[in-house]
Amino acid sequence: MTTMPVIAAAEWGGEFEGALDPISALFEFPAILDLGPLSINRTILIAWFMTLVAGLIFVVAFRNPQIVPGKLQAACEAIVEFVRENIALEIIGPRGTKFVPLLTTFMVFIFFMNFAKITPFMMLPPTSRAAWPLFLALTAWVVYVGVGIKEQGFGSYFKELAFPPGVPKVLYVILTPIEVVSNLILRPFTLAVRLFANMVAGHILIVITLVAIHVFLPSFPVGWSLGVFALLVSPAVFGFELLIIILQAYIFTMLTAVYIASSMEPAH
Amino acid sequence: MENLGNGLVYGLATLGPGIGLGILIGKAIESMARQPEAAGMVRTTMFIGIAVVEALALLGFVLAFAI
Repeated sequence: MTTMPVIAAAEWGGEFEGALDPISALFEFPAILDLGPLSINRTILIAWFMTLVAGLIFVVAFRNPQIVPGKLQAACEAIVEFVRENIALEIIGPRGTKFVPLLTTFMVFIFFMNFAKITPFMMLPPTSRAAWPLFLALTAWVVYVGVGIKEQGFGSYFKELAFPPGVPKVLYVILTPIEVVSNLILRPFTLAVRLFANMVAGHILIVITLVAIHVFLPSFPVGWSLGVFALLVSPAVFGFELLIIILQAYIFTMLTAVYIASSMEPAH
Repeated sequence: MENLGNGLVYGLATLGPGIGLGILIGKAIESMARQPEAAGMVRTTMFIGIAVVEALALLGFVLAFAI
C-alpha cells in the first residue's frame, strides 16, 4: 500500500522525477474515519495499537508481581532498573528517583512507536509524523522548565538561564541571546527533530530496500543482480534500523534527564 | 535539478558532523581504553555528545526536504 506510487514510478521506466516527488505519499494517509482535525488514519491506528501492546505488556508483567520474577516480569524489571540506575540516578543524581516513571514512559513509548517501523503489516513509525516527536519534546520542555521554576524559583531560574554567572559582563551581549535561544527553543526543537528525522530517514531506507527487491528481483536479465543484492542486504538494513530504534529511545530519554538535571541545580 | 540540490544539501550537511563524530567517538574510545573504570561515565557523556553533533546532520536532512 505504502509504496505504490514509488513502485509505479519505478516500473514506468525510471521516472525518478515522479518517484521522488510524492515522498509524502510514504507518510501521509487518507482518513479512514473523517472527523475533521480529529480524523483517524493509519498512523493513528498504528499508534493506538502499539500503545495498547506496550500497556498490556507492562500490565501483564506487573499485575501479579512475584518475589522470584517470571520471564516477562524480569524483562520489564530490567527495563525499569536500567532507566533507574543508568539514566535517572547516574545523570540527575539521588533526587532523580521521582523522574523514573516519566523517563520510563518516554523510553517505552518511543521504543514501541519506533518499533512499528520494522513490524510486519505496519511498517510505518508514527514518530515519522512530526507531531508525535514534537509533542513528546514539548512534554519534556514543560517538565524541565517546570522543575527549574520549582527548584530555583521563577526569577532566579530565568536569571541563571539568561545570565550564567562567572562571565565578564561585556560578554553578556553575545551570551544572553545564545543561552536563551539554546535553552528554551533549540533544546526541544533538536529533541523533536532528532527523533523525527531519524524515523523519516529509516523509513525511506527500508522502503527503498524493499521496493528494490520488489521491482528488480522479478526482472530476470536486467537489473536482477541489484534485486539479489537488495535481498541479501535487507536483513542488515533491518538490524541497523533496530539499532537506531533502540538508540533513539535511549537518547531521547537521556537528553531529557540531562535537561532536567541542568535545571535542578544552578549552573556552576 | 531541484532533486540534485536536495541531495547536495544533505550530502554537504553530513561532512562536518561526520568529522565531528569521528573525533568524538575516537577520543571516547581512547579514554575508555586508558581508564576502563570510567567507561560508564565516558559512554554516557559520549552519547550526549553524539546526540548534539548528530542534530546538525539531521537538520540538513530535514531542510533538504523542507526547502
